Amino acid sequence: MSKLGNIGARLYRGEVGYDFIGKRKIWYGISILITITAIVGLAVRGLNFGIEFSGGAVFTTPKTSVSASQAQHEAESAASGHQAVVQKLGSGGLRIQISGLDTKQSLPVQEELAKDLNVPVKDVNTQLVGPSWGEEIANKAWLGLGIFMILVVLYLAIAFEWRMALAALIALIHDLTITVGVYALVGFEVTPGTVIGLLTILGYSLYDTVVVFDSLKEASKDITKQNRFTYGEIANRSINGTLVRSINTTVVALLPVAGLLFVGGGVLGAGMLNDISLALFVGLAAGAYSSIFIATPLVADLKNREPQMKALAKRVLAKRAAAAAKGAGQEDAPDEVSGAVEAGDDDGAAAVVGPRHQPASRNRGRGRPSGKRR
Amino acid sequence: MAAPKKGRRAPTGQGHPGRTLILVLIVMAGLIGGMFYAGTLTPRLGIDLAGGTSFTLQAENMPGKPNAINETNMKTASGIMERRVNGLGVSEAEVQTQGTDHIVVNIPRGTDAKQARQQVGTTAQLGFRPVLTTTAGTKPPAPKPSPSKGTNGKGKGGDQAKGTQQHASSSPTPGAKPTTQGRAVTDALKKAPSGKPTPSGSAKPTTPAVPPAPGGDQIPPALQKQLNELDCSSKKALAVAGEKAAAANPSSPVVACKDDGSQKYVLGPVGVEGTDVKDAKAVFDSQQGQGWIVQMDFTSDGGKKFADVTGKLATKTQPQNQFAIVLDGAVVSDPRVSERLNGGNATISGGFTQQSAEDLGNMLSYGALPLSFKIVDETSVTAALGGEQLHAGLLAGAIGLALVIIYLVAYYRGLALVALASLGVSAILTYAIMTLLGPAIGFALNLPAVCGAIVAIGITADSFIVYFERIRDEIREGRTLRPAVERGWPRARRTILVSDFVSFLAAAVLFIVTVGKVKGFAFTLGLTTVLDVVVVFFFTKPLMTMLARRKFFANGHPWSGLDPKRLGAKPPLRRRRSAPTQTKEA
Repeated sequence: MSKLGNIGARLYRGEVGYDFIGKRKIWYGISILITITAIVGLAVRGLNFGIEFSGGAVFTTPKTSVSASQAQHEAESAASGHQAVVQKLGSGGLRIQISGLDTKQSLPVQEELAKDLNVPVKDVNTQLVGPSWGEEIANKAWLGLGIFMILVVLYLAIAFEWRMALAALIALIHDLTITVGVYALVGFEVTPGTVIGLLTILGYSLYDTVVVFDSLKEASKDITKQNRFTYGEIANRSINGTLVRSINTTVVALLPVAGLLFVGGGVLGAGMLNDISLALFVGLAAGAYSSIFIATPLVADLKNREPQMKALAKRVLAKRAAAAAKGAGQEDAPDEVSGAVEAGDDDGAAAVVGPRHQPASRNRGRGRPSGKRR
Repeated sequence: MAAPKKGRRAPTGQGHPGRTLILVLIVMAGLIGGMFYAGTLTPRLGIDLAGGTSFTLQAENMPGKPNAINETNMKTASGIMERRVNGLGVSEAEVQTQGTDHIVVNIPRGTDAKQARQQVGTTAQLGFRPVLTTTAGTKPPAPKPSPSKGTNGKGKGGDQAKGTQQHASSSPTPGAKPTTQGRAVTDALKKAPSGKPTPSGSAKPTTPAVPPAPGGDQIPPALQKQLNELDCSSKKALAVAGEKAAAANPSSPVVACKDDGSQKYVLGPVGVEGTDVKDAKAVFDSQQGQGWIVQMDFTSDGGKKFADVTGKLATKTQPQNQFAIVLDGAVVSDPRVSERLNGGNATISGGFTQQSAEDLGNMLSYGALPLSFKIVDETSVTAALGGEQLHAGLLAGAIGLALVIIYLVAYYRGLALVALASLGVSAILTYAIMTLLGPAIGFALNLPAVCGAIVAIGITADSFIVYFERIRDEIREGRTLRPAVERGWPRARRTILVSDFVSFLAAAVLFIVTVGKVKGFAFTLGLTTVLDVVVVFFFTKPLMTMLARRKFFANGHPWSGLDPKRLGAKPPLRRRRSAPTQTKEA
């Protein structure tokens, strides 16, 4: 534990850290690879839509002694490959919904069911269900998704800046694509629950991203007035500084969802729990990943195109070159953009004080609403 | 919530953290008290968790329109029913089409199934029939323009829910202002605004039976007898009368009740069918000061028929210059006509409130469905996910929660108590509010909502973690706990508000745009997000302020989670350079 605490402290001071920005190309590559896999999976395997989306057959049986869960097994074996939802009716009969059956397929299933449940075939009533309900939900969900994306981009562009808004949007689409791709690959049924799980990811994925952006915005406030760090380095420090938080919150969010997915779903087999928790699990993980490895590096990339930032990077490098020349003979001076972290260790006093100074002076400059300054 | 930038007010001044905490406790006690008062101690469960009632409706062709049952019409119908049963958007009812001509409506237990049945059932035929004669209802309700009949007419802000349910009648009671509303028609009547009444002047109700219209068509004795026997006095009688009238042949005369039971009519054959109305909507007419009016657009065919009918009616005398708008066998409005109306559109004006105008507008356009439905099956169903599934889910959730607790305690030690207490408060508030919203707005908790609540653990914990990490950073700067708690707060607060705003935005958009289950879920998400802000501001922060005064935390006890040494704090200002000498491996 103490070791963990220490890492937190050293991350905070920038003494240790992973060079997220410097190695961003690798992570972009990985993300593109995953995204392509997801899209290919989607294209090849397609999504397994539940009865609400695909339509299907609903069988109503007369009173029977077979229990609902037993009937579910029977129904699923009768209609191999299709999932069944079984409800007990007030009359003592069962309502068995099997997704994806069409008229032709439903007849043998009806006979099979009648045999298994020990009721006369003619008493098993078959109705084919249209997909209109799920369609409406899905359409509205798309609409909501679109409106939300526009609003959130506007909000982020105002609260932060357009580069962050753009990066957040890309990260969000990235998360959604991966989640849908996993659904296609695993072959889970897509139900309204899935749609809901997906929509939850919207808020959550952005939540993580926004926390990092908030810290980055603060850290880069007076960035052009100094020449110690480039924007990329500041961004890297922001990621590292919020890393502990990101890990903690992701773990805390994932644990209950994992419980739902593995314990709840794993023990009892498919169900709505599984549908939602799989979407959530993948989405939350992807959201945490993308906020660190995709969104912030993207911002840095965009930001580095600004002339000011280019000038800053030049200044920083020049200064470092000068310092390296002065302190010639000392071990390799940091010369690459990603050197900030190592610089801290190498330059001893100067570098350690540097990063510490910054937040301290910023804090002093701000009026604390608490009014207290002890 | 709405404006994260407005973070200036620090609701928890450092001065009285105790008071804030007590306030939170009082609110919690109040909510729990409310639960007992309302008599509901558990949230209303959605149909997937609690089961409910399932109706199957079968579409029937209207005579003369054999091809009306098609996909488009079925879709429109299910959309309308969806809107009707989910009036407030969170009752979680499901509407599905089945096969080519069935619609299944599932309503969670605890919803008024009877009311819902009525609501879905009333998507029905609409027709315009000329009034042949009219008389007071058998037992006219209050003789005054009583708001008790609030569902209609003048009943300003009358019970709206009820209004919709009962076809939102828009006509007046037989009181002092009998027909001012739902009155007059169209351009022709613009000059006869609501004040200038109709048939019988505002003071004299039409109720005293108007004798078989002088000079008008004679009412056949059989119909007159039916009229005399017609009972509009009770709800039940109304329903019976309505059913009968609805079943009647559109091309023959019929007796019908006003939908509030105040009038009885003998009506001629259907002159214009509901399907001839292309669109109808409520408009506020500010130009001519008529207040709320209802505008109707007819199809070209309907426009012609309407022109013919109004042309005929305009030549007649009271009451035969009226036509009745009949929905499901009940008269919802009986405007007077003063001239032939051409042009394919018409306006109904006179004494509407916004609500009643919208109701009539909705009815005219919804009722224009080419289909009528009959309920062929009504049965109760168990939860779609048997009890087993739910239990497994809850068990899994509990296991997950336990893991969270272990993780938090291991990582944050003493601080975990703060986090857990806050989570607890959040859970209690969420539970109480959800429970209270059951009876209040028909909120029903379904499985997605339960999952949403579990995810909310993550969002809520996120806020604490942001704050804790901020405090720890301050300690690393070399501060002692009390200043660290105060100085860490403003920045943590901003981060929390900004990111919660994003979550809330997502929830709000989804709530407004979507339907059914997704809507209910968005509601849960928005609720927990708001509560997160409330809890962090009014509970976590004051609690931290209080705890910062305790020795255990302030001195950085190893188990407090705030041990400066463990956190790698640098002794303040004394030594500038330090730690890096001990080259620790990350």
